[in-house]
Amino acid sequence: MIGVRCGVCEKTYFPPRMICPDCGRVSIEKMERFKFSGKGTVYSTTVVHEAHEQFEMQKPYVIALVELDEGARVLGQIINCEPNEVEIGTEVKSTLRKLGEEGRSGIIYYGYKFVKI
Amino acid sequence: MAIIGAGMTEFGELWDYSFREMGIRAGLEALNDANISSEQIDAMFVGNMSAGRFIDQEHVGALIADYAGLAHTNVPSTRVESGGASGALALRQAYFSVASGIHDIVVVGGAEKMTDIGDAEMRSIQSAAADQEWETVFGATFASLFALMTVRHMHEYGTTREELSAVAVKNHRHGALNPRAQFRREIKPEMVEKSPIVSSPLRMLDCSPVSDGAAAVVICTSEMAKQFTDQPVEILATAQASDTLALHQRKSITEMLATKVAARRAFDMAKMQPKNVDVAEVHDNFTITEIMAIEDLGFFPKGEGRKAAIEGKTAIDGEIAINSSGGLKARGDPLGATGVAQIVEIIQQLRGNADKRQVADAKVGLTHNVGGTGASVIVHILGAGP
Repeated sequence: MIGVRCGVCEKTYFPPRMICPDCGRVSIEKMERFKFSGKGTVYSTTVVHEAHEQFEMQKPYVIALVELDEGARVLGQIINCEPNEVEIGTEVKSTLRKLGEEGRSGIIYYGYKFVKI
Repeated sequence: MAIIGAGMTEFGELWDYSFREMGIRAGLEALNDANISSEQIDAMFVGNMSAGRFIDQEHVGALIADYAGLAHTNVPSTRVESGGASGALALRQAYFSVASGIHDIVVVGGAEKMTDIGDAEMRSIQSAAADQEWETVFGATFASLFALMTVRHMHEYGTTREELSAVAVKNHRHGALNPRAQFRREIKPEMVEKSPIVSSPLRMLDCSPVSDGAAAVVICTSEMAKQFTDQPVEILATAQASDTLALHQRKSITEMLATKVAARRAFDMAKMQPKNVDVAEVHDNFTITEIMAIEDLGFFPKGEGRKAAIEGKTAIDGEIAINSSGGLKARGDPLGATGVAQIVEIIQQLRGNADKRQVADAKVGLTHNVGGTGASVIVHILGAGP
């Protein structure tokens, strides 16, 4: 997970941004490439029972807001555990997973999901 | 600035009406109410979130102007969009066009036809108001984003399942008194808690329905309004605020910062405070959203909003009447129409025409309309005329 860190205030952001929302213009050209460890803590979580078409096969699945150790928050699925094993405060780590595909013979796209640690 | 006419269709699954028919019906009712003719209309603004995907139709401004019979006057007509807040934004744009002095009499409409497609497609369109690249792509549905807010609100403030249910129960009780509402039957808390689960802990009856419907109002300056009615409703404030599109980029997810900012801007413009408001229509697309809204608008302290419905404080005869129309939950939520329908309800309240839903002595009303998970919020404050 590669985001940025503001060279002025040191806040981290994911996904990467060209301007720090807190610092504004002074941060332009000062946003540094920043590699997150992928580790974080669950900030909020829900089990999705009614899903979009392309996620039908995965129901029910956990969607969570994860606060990464370095500060930024991201949204992702928590996998490889029972839905009721995830709660606020659960420690997780990101892992590369297939997210979906563009039709039956289309491009397969990947991203991050999270597992408990 | 004054509103001289209002109208709306009933909301619900309107199999007999097409998009354009609904828009026309609401518009005609508003024009008749204002007692003006089509030749007097200088411009139109139409709130609509997603006709392109719901009915494969864009260019909605032109469509409504044409079918309203206004094509022969070549009226300027503009479609306005900000997710679920499109209706309120259409009113705000109309306000600017009159305030600028360029237009005198302007019609504001809001319409959405959501039932011509299946559930899966509808859910997909709804989530287009969220962040497609960083939320939907991972499997987040619109409801799941509000579920995340609910779980966190329960964690930070102790909000309970019963307190959420009480919001739905109250709004259905109000809806039962509203002949234009989609749902006109009262429900019990157990029904909410036993309804199918959508995204924990939100159940089906925590969520507003899929609806068809249209609403319209006519506005002009307060000075000009005297020619048309001795019961004008004054627009005391119009305010708007934005926030990050994605939930994970907000500082806090147990409030909508855009609501707090828009409310402050509105109260500043009206030179009023939350305690001056008698009746308010807030954006209860989910039960949690009403609880957060009444806190963020300043009607209840943070953490106390959860008790308001269960303790009767937000009933029609409560401290402050919230969603006397039934809200999005019971009146329905045709996305682009809701913002205008909220205005129509407040107009009826301030005119004393709200019948069984009438809030005693209603002099000041407020509307609160949200786009996405709080990325756009528009607040209007209305007052009963002299």
